Amino acid sequence: MTEPKQPLTDVKTLVARVAETNDFADLIGHVPYAKFIGMQVNRFGDELVFQLPANDDNIGNPVLPALHGGVIAGFMEMSAIIQLMVFMQTSKVPKVVDFSIDYLRAGYHKDSFAECHITRQGRRVANVHIECWQTSRKQLIATARAHFLIE
Amino acid sequence: MKTNPDYFPMTALATRFVEQLAQCRRLGLKVHEASEHHVLLELPYNEELIGYPDTGVLHGGVITTLMDTGSGCAVVCAIKEKFGTLEISPTLDLRVDYMKPAQPHKPIFGMAECYRLSSSVAFTRAIAYQDSVDDPIAHAVGSFMRISPEMIGDSFRKALMGEEAQYD
Repeated sequence: MTEPKQPLTDVKTLVARVAETNDFADLIGHVPYAKFIGMQVNRFGDELVFQLPANDDNIGNPVLPALHGGVIAGFMEMSAIIQLMVFMQTSKVPKVVDFSIDYLRAGYHKDSFAECHITRQGRRVANVHIECWQTSRKQLIATARAHFLIE
Repeated sequence: MKTNPDYFPMTALATRFVEQLAQCRRLGLKVHEASEHHVLLELPYNEELIGYPDTGVLHGGVITTLMDTGSGCAVVCAIKEKFGTLEISPTLDLRVDYMKPAQPHKPIFGMAECYRLSSSVAFTRAIAYQDSVDDPIAHAVGSFMRISPEMIGDSFRKALMGEEAQYD
C-alpha cells in the first residue's frame, strides 16, 4: 500500500470524538460519497439507524419517481462501513470485497432508513447484513449482505 | 479508448435512457456504445465520490450504480430489439465482486450484457475496468423483473424515443 499523501485524521480518533459528542457529521464528512448522497446517522443507545433523506439528485426512475437502485445500494454499503468503524474500531475505512443486494420493493422519493448487523467478525474479514426500509420497518425495500476487509 | 457509437445504432436510445436518470446525470455517466448485446458506459473520476479518503479510491456504491445502470440499460436494449417494445425492468438483485481498487483520477468503464431474456426475467452480467476489460476492477451479476410496457408512462416513453418517435 502507498502511504497517504497528506496525514488524514485517523478513523479511530473520529469515532472516539463521535462517542463523546454524538455528532456524526465529522465521520460522514470523512467520506465524500456519504456527503454526496446526503446520508445521516442517528444513535439510539448502542444502536445506529442510518438515514437517507429524500433528495432529487438520488432519483433513478423518473416515472414513479423512485430512488436509483445504485444509490440505495451505496447508502446500505456506507451504513455497513460506518457500523464497522464505530463498533469494530477500525483504523481505516473498511474495504468492500463483495456486495449483494435484493430489491424487495420500489424505493420511493422519500426518506429511507437502514440498520446493520455484523453477522461474523473475523480477524481480517467481516460479514455484514443490512436492511433498508421507508414507511415501515416491517416492509423492507431492500436487504443486502456484504464482506469487508478490515485493518 | 476507441469506441464505435455509429456502428451500434442503439447508442442513441441508451444515451436517452441514462440521461433520464437524475443520479446518472449527477455522476456524469456517458454512454459510448449500445447494442442488443452490450452497453458500454463511462464514469468520470470525481472527488465528491471518494469512498476511501486515504487513497482517493471511489466508493463501492458508485460502482454499484454504474453496474445497475449499465445492466438495466442492456435489458432495455435487448427487449427493444427482441420484442420492439420499451420496457423499464426494475432490478431484482445485483451482486458486485471487487477484484481490486480503481485507480484514482482515471475514468471507470462499465461493460454490461443481457445474456438471457425470458418471458418474465432478464439476466445480466457486467464488468468494470479502467485500462483493459481483461483486467477488471469489479464484476457484477444481476437479474431484472420484466413489467408491462404500459408501466413506463407516456412522457418517459417519449423521452426515450427522442426523434425516432415521428417514424412510429
